[in-house]
Amino acid sequence: MSDATRAEVCTTAVADAFRGDGERLASAFGAIPALGARLARSTFEPDLLMTDGVAYLRDDVAPLTGDAVQEPIVEGWMPFRRVFDLLWNGRRHVVMTATQIDRYGNHNFACIGPHAKPKAQLLGMRGAPGNTICHPTSYWVPNHSTRVFVEQVDVVSGVGYDRARKLGSAARFHEIRCVVSNLGVFDFDTPDRRMRLASLHPGVSVDEVVEQTGFELAIPDDAPTTRTPDAEELRLIREVLDPGGARDREVPG
Amino acid sequence: MDKRTTEREAVAELRDGMTIGIGGWGSRRKPMSVVREILRSELRDLTLVTYGGPDAGLLCKTGKVSRIIYGFVSLDSIPLEPHFRAVRQAGSVEAVELDEGMLQWGLYAATLRLPFLPTRAGLGSDVLEINERWIKPVTSPYADGEELVAMPAIELDAAFVHLNRADARGNAQYLGPDPYFDDLFCGAAKRRFVSCEQIVETGDLVKGGVPQTLLLNRSQVDGVIEAPHGAHFTECPPDYGRDEAFQREYATTAKDPDHWDRFYAKYIDTVDEAEYQKRVREA
Repeated sequence: MSDATRAEVCTTAVADAFRGDGERLASAFGAIPALGARLARSTFEPDLLMTDGVAYLRDDVAPLTGDAVQEPIVEGWMPFRRVFDLLWNGRRHVVMTATQIDRYGNHNFACIGPHAKPKAQLLGMRGAPGNTICHPTSYWVPNHSTRVFVEQVDVVSGVGYDRARKLGSAARFHEIRCVVSNLGVFDFDTPDRRMRLASLHPGVSVDEVVEQTGFELAIPDDAPTTRTPDAEELRLIREVLDPGGARDREVPG
Repeated sequence: MDKRTTEREAVAELRDGMTIGIGGWGSRRKPMSVVREILRSELRDLTLVTYGGPDAGLLCKTGKVSRIIYGFVSLDSIPLEPHFRAVRQAGSVEAVELDEGMLQWGLYAATLRLPFLPTRAGLGSDVLEINERWIKPVTSPYADGEELVAMPAIELDAAFVHLNRADARGNAQYLGPDPYFDDLFCGAAKRRFVSCEQIVETGDLVKGGVPQTLLLNRSQVDGVIEAPHGAHFTECPPDYGRDEAFQREYATTAKDPDHWDRFYAKYIDTVDEAEYQKRVREA
């Protein structure tokens, strides 16, 4: 029995989202996504490209927290204009946070309420429209609830499968790979690309997920359990990549 | 040609209702001394085009800007710009929100004097719904027949950018990690102003950095403003980092109108740029 925390299970779930990406730029927003990308890069996806968060590609994996002083190894230059070129070219997989997401993966982090006069102005569109139409996207939800998993998002910043289908071949690069929340992993591997429960984190019940989701999820008869990190992954997470415990502040134990 | 000028002279060229572009990104390398001069002016109803930081918060909050074209507004270390949020939530500014790449494309189209540039960014998202009055689709005339977004050129009456070094003729250099889109802001504008940390002799520019750091040549610039610490409180590496304490205070003033009034009186309303810099040093 693994002693992995929920935050650590979420971390390997995000890391697993990057499987098979090879030489793609891994961009990940939020502490656990940033940690998951670093873990993937440190283990089974060594070819991932990662930036320093400013304008350089870093060949070494920078710890997310901790006091370790590490001289960066710069392997490339990636100012914003080059990020845009690269993402329109498709060589990127982004993990974005979702303030709202619906059953087809339409995503919102722009604002809550009507766009002309929102109740809460959030991040704005940022790169979500271009990201989702050009390269694989996954989402991270640290607080799975009916406020996040909603029947209808207030504003569509990231494009979901129903809207992508209407675009025909123009949406041929659209892919929402998965949604990782603090309760489970979700994908769109259904005939009509509705969100499906792909796995439950250890200790989470189907009922709990259903209760916290504001739309009808596709639920398989025997939903598997999300894998727990192995010993080496736990060592990397705890001792190397996040000794300061940023993951625990995002998903408390 | 000696193009040296001042914030005051540059801002005096602006008129109510103009469209201005401000370079930099978030709370990074913003021409803040120019922003402060606009705040001190009587200007109204400007349209601001920006990868927004405190320029957006300040100019919208004070009513200088009534319409903003942007991909985001952020203070970086403070992800959501509180003054901009308040203005948006009051509905007191017209928000033309774009995908970040669409904004680049609009500036680039204007730079190239094209009516639009095609892109996939925006397809399927509400960016097109929000902007349906001015952003239209276009069908590829080639065999693919693909329907794309025709991102219209974003033409600017004036652009303001802040770089590390320039000469008096307008050759200008960034020494930090990212040029952002400052060259495109200048390309899209009728009048182009560069503020800089230091004006140097032309021959000294490449002593500070390789020729690839010379982002703007003099044909892209109409006015050069020497503004040491002019990007304060945003960062301007390698000359200085962000003044996080000052930025925190700026952000905090959004919660308390009295605090804002004191902040505004101390740093903007009654002082010129030299006095501002002095008060910041003494703070």
